[in-house]
Amino acid sequence: MPKAQVPPPPAPIGGRRPPTFQEEVIASIPADSRLETCIQCGTCGGSCPSERDMDHTPRQIFALIRAGARDRVMNSNTPWMCVSCYLCAVRCPQQIHIPDVMYALKAKATKEDRVPSHVAPDFSRTFVDYIHKYGRSFEVGLVAKHYLRHYPLRLPNMATSGMGMVTKGRMGFMPHRIKGVEGLNAILDRASELEDAKQRSLYDAPAKEGAH
Amino acid sequence: MAQYLYYPGCSMDGTGRAYHDSIEAVLPTLDIRLAELDDWNCCGATEYMGISPLRSQALVGRNLALAEKQKNGSNTLVAPCSACYVNLARTDSYVRESKELAATINEALAADGMSYTPGSIEVRHLLEIMIDDIGLDELGKHVTRPLKGLKLAPYMGCLVSRPDYDDRWQHREHPHALDQLLLTLGADVVEFSRRTDCCGGHMTQISPDTGLELIRRLIVAAERSGAHALVTVCPMCQMNVDFYQREMNHHYRENHHMPILFFTQLMGLAYGMSAKSLGIGREIISSREALANIGIEVPLTEEEEAELAAAAKPARRKRGDVSLPSPEPRQDEEALR
Repeated sequence: MPKAQVPPPPAPIGGRRPPTFQEEVIASIPADSRLETCIQCGTCGGSCPSERDMDHTPRQIFALIRAGARDRVMNSNTPWMCVSCYLCAVRCPQQIHIPDVMYALKAKATKEDRVPSHVAPDFSRTFVDYIHKYGRSFEVGLVAKHYLRHYPLRLPNMATSGMGMVTKGRMGFMPHRIKGVEGLNAILDRASELEDAKQRSLYDAPAKEGAH
Repeated sequence: MAQYLYYPGCSMDGTGRAYHDSIEAVLPTLDIRLAELDDWNCCGATEYMGISPLRSQALVGRNLALAEKQKNGSNTLVAPCSACYVNLARTDSYVRESKELAATINEALAADGMSYTPGSIEVRHLLEIMIDDIGLDELGKHVTRPLKGLKLAPYMGCLVSRPDYDDRWQHREHPHALDQLLLTLGADVVEFSRRTDCCGGHMTQISPDTGLELIRRLIVAAERSGAHALVTVCPMCQMNVDFYQREMNHHYRENHHMPILFFTQLMGLAYGMSAKSLGIGREIISSREALANIGIEVPLTEEEEAELAAAAKPARRKRGDVSLPSPEPRQDEEALR
């Protein structure tokens, strides 16, 4: 049995304390996620089309975040199984931006390299690399690279459909490079710096009362 | 004439070619002009947020900034792909909601001398333009070949009516916009319970078992509803249901055949345009049988022609075949009488 995890003690009056895991997650979501308002009703998990493949339901993940169970959250496959269909988000009585929480958890896990499987982060990285290089996605390169690396055994069966895509003119073999690709990378690099600065500021600012 | 800014998205040159073809074909009929955004970049799909949430917003911010710079007459940015639409709409909505985020995004955009004023651009999906701006009356006026007898399952997918940042949709789980459009074209619209279910998105890449299950649910539901074909508004949904259908059949040892077409292709058919000009025939799961129900012929692709030609050739005698050649029975029985 894993030892029950105890949430950090409340902030000493007038003092500083390190941010709780929940505060950290909330700070890494660009918009107001309303994560702290979760009432643990479970509507999210009940609505989710891929819930049966998840280690924890979204509700459990939110409870674990609140409990500060960082390791269990980071090692869970739940964020990676989210299909971003927003059914949970429109049904949530607290209007929590649930897919945004999942994205933030994915980004955190990728950054710390604590992912349950490398397939999904690899796909995201390959995709993002094409954006950095060309400014646009490159479907042929992306799928070919990804399947060769992770699902070589599925390739023979996919070959017929793949050839179909070629003969039906649905495959562009040359990636399109946008003119402003350097500018785009400058924008993205600046965004990275700003994102890191925001995470660091969590440790500098005095803790808000009752924030956790 | 209605004029809009247009964000085609990366699929339009490749996997979504048929969508591109059919949009180009129907626009003149409806007197719509789409001005493509200059030098737009990828919206990040469902991948960039999983690497860095803030960078993904800045990525979209560049497109919004370009749109603001380019707007002339129209401040509506139209996306035909549901994933592009939701990404553009998300950033637009968040920067309107949070001054702090708007400032951060603008600080990032300043690295390339760009900026975006929250609220200056309105992001909408192509389906919304058709239904709300053009209107069903106008869409119906141009119908010269009603699709009567063609049973269609309206598959809107998840990301048009959800998350619905601007409260434009009355029903986020069971919207009937696509039904209305198809009814206007004269088609028989079946009751399709999974109209806003997920196609699996990128799951076919990162967890095929999950993705194929979601695709199977859609196809089985469409079959049960008696549909000849699914109708979609998104190149990603089309790709998943079409390209991965064989893989799904293989995975479950089943034999489904459910073609999926873009709503603009059906508009074009109802407006009397040829199947070829609408990119019909580009789908992997052929819609030939489905469209034969209403007497529309789909031209053979080069691949199929080659297959037919190969089948028509008399089979060569196998090496080592010592049987005597038998005479062919005569085909023209009339002549014998």
